[in-house]
Amino acid sequence: MTQLTSEEEKKQYENYVKQVTPTHNLAVNMARAFVAGGLICVLGQGILNFCMARGLDQETAGTWCSVTLIFLSALTTGLNLYPRFARWAGAGSLVPITGFANSVAAPAIEYQKEGQVFGIGCRIFTIAGPVILYGILASGALGLIDWLAGRWLG
Amino acid sequence: MRKMQTLGKQSMVPEEPVYIQGWGSVVGKKEGEGPMGACFDEIEEDPVLGAENWEGAESRLQLLAARKAAERAGISTEEIRMIFAGDLLAQSIASSFGIGRLDRPVYGLFGACSTMGEALSLAALAVAAGAGEHVLALTSSHFATAEKEFRFPLEYGSQRPLSASWTVTGSGACVVGSDAGPVKITGITTGKITDYGLKDSQNMGACMAPATCQTISTHLRDFGRSPEDYDRIITGDLGYVGQQILLDLMEEEGFLMGKVHEDCGIRIFDRETQDTHAGGSGCGCSASLLAGWILPQLACGQWKRVLFVPTGALMSRVSFYEGNSVPGIAQAVVLETAQDAGKEEA
Repeated sequence: MTQLTSEEEKKQYENYVKQVTPTHNLAVNMARAFVAGGLICVLGQGILNFCMARGLDQETAGTWCSVTLIFLSALTTGLNLYPRFARWAGAGSLVPITGFANSVAAPAIEYQKEGQVFGIGCRIFTIAGPVILYGILASGALGLIDWLAGRWLG
Repeated sequence: MRKMQTLGKQSMVPEEPVYIQGWGSVVGKKEGEGPMGACFDEIEEDPVLGAENWEGAESRLQLLAARKAAERAGISTEEIRMIFAGDLLAQSIASSFGIGRLDRPVYGLFGACSTMGEALSLAALAVAAGAGEHVLALTSSHFATAEKEFRFPLEYGSQRPLSASWTVTGSGACVVGSDAGPVKITGITTGKITDYGLKDSQNMGACMAPATCQTISTHLRDFGRSPEDYDRIITGDLGYVGQQILLDLMEEEGFLMGKVHEDCGIRIFDRETQDTHAGGSGCGCSASLLAGWILPQLACGQWKRVLFVPTGALMSRVSFYEGNSVPGIAQAVVLETAQDAGKEEA
C-alpha cells in the first residue's frame, strides 16, 4: 500500500484538503436555521393556543401540539417535502420534534421493502435510537445527581 | 506463448490488438437532464425501472446496458464468453441479480467506483490470453441504493456538505474482443491501494486523488509518455475538489496535465442547476460516460488516444464506523481509435 508514513505528513495533507474544500456559509446556515426552527415553533405555539382556546388545559393542549407536529412531519416525510425543507433549513429542521419524527419515518419508508420485522422493525430507530438511548441515560444520570444533591444538601 | 508484455512497474501492453467492439449506456432521469444527457443510449424516466425495489432497479440498468453493448457489437448475448461485473452494493447484488438471467459465465468484481477500469482491464487480459472471443465488462450504480448502503435513508432530512458527491444512476457496458472493432485497448496500468490517512467519506475526491496521482504518474513513467501524448486523461469521479488536488499532486510529480484532464464526475451534472455539489460519483458515472461519450469520440476519430482512469474509494460502513481511513484506488486503461490504424503503421 502506498501511504504517508508519518503523522505529520497525514496532518499536512488533511490541512491542505481543508484549504481546497468549500464549505457551507456558517452565517447563512445559522440564519436559515433560526428562521426555519422559529417558524416550526410558531406553528407549535399556534396549535397550542388553538387547543387551549377550545377549552383544553395546558397539559392536554401540549400533548395535542406534539402529536400534531409529529403527524405533520411524518406526512411531509412521506410526501418527500420534509427532506427538501431540511436541505434548506439545516439544523432548523433537525432540532424541533419534527426532526425527530422525520428520523423515525424515513427509515420506516426506506426499509419497508425488507419486511415488517427485519425491515421496519429492526431499522426504524437506526437514526433515532442513539438519541433515545443516550437521552434516557442522561436523564437517569441527572436524576441520580438530583436525588443525591437533595439528600446531602437539602 | 505470451500475449501480454509487462512494462515498467505496474503496466502491461497486449502484443496483439484487443478491441472494444460495442458499448451501451443507460442512465436515470437526472443524468439525462444533465449536460451529457444527449450522449446516452437510454434514459430511464422511472427511478425504479418497474422493479420491486431500488436494488432491482439497479440490476435492470445492468441488464439493459449489457444487451445494448451486445447489440452494438453485432452479437447475441449468448456469444459472450464471460462477464466481468461488479457494483457498489454489499456482495455486489446488483450484478448478481442483474446479469444472472443472461446465463453467461461470470466473474464478480469489487473495485468501488473504479470497477469499470478493473472490469475493462481484466476483460482485455482475458481476450489477450485467448480466453474468449467476446468478453463483457460491466458495472452500475444507483443513487437510491448507494444512499441506503452508505448514507441515510432517502427521506431523512439532512444537509449535504459541499464536498459530497451525487451518486450517478446509470450503467455502462463494453464488449471486448479480438476481432477488429472501432476502439483499441493498447495498455493497462493496474492501480495500487493508496492511503493518505483521510477519514472523511463525504469528501471522496480528496480520498481518491492520491491514488489517482499514483496510477497516472506511474503510467506515464512506465510508458515514457507525457500528458500531451493523450488527447484526454479522463478520471472517474474525483469531482471539483478531487480534480484540484490531483492537478496539484501531479505537478509535484513533475507533470502538468491541466490542459488534457477531464473528470466524468464534473462532466455528468451541472452543479449550478442540479444541486450535485462536488460532482457525480459511483461506478455508473465513469462507466456510462465511457460508453456514451469517450468511446464514441474515439470511434469517430475525434480523439486518437485517451487514458481512462476510473477512481474508487475503498471503504464500507463497517470500516468507516470503526474509524478507518478511506484509501483510494485508480485503474488506468489506454484507449486508442482504430481508425486510420493502417496509415499510421504504413
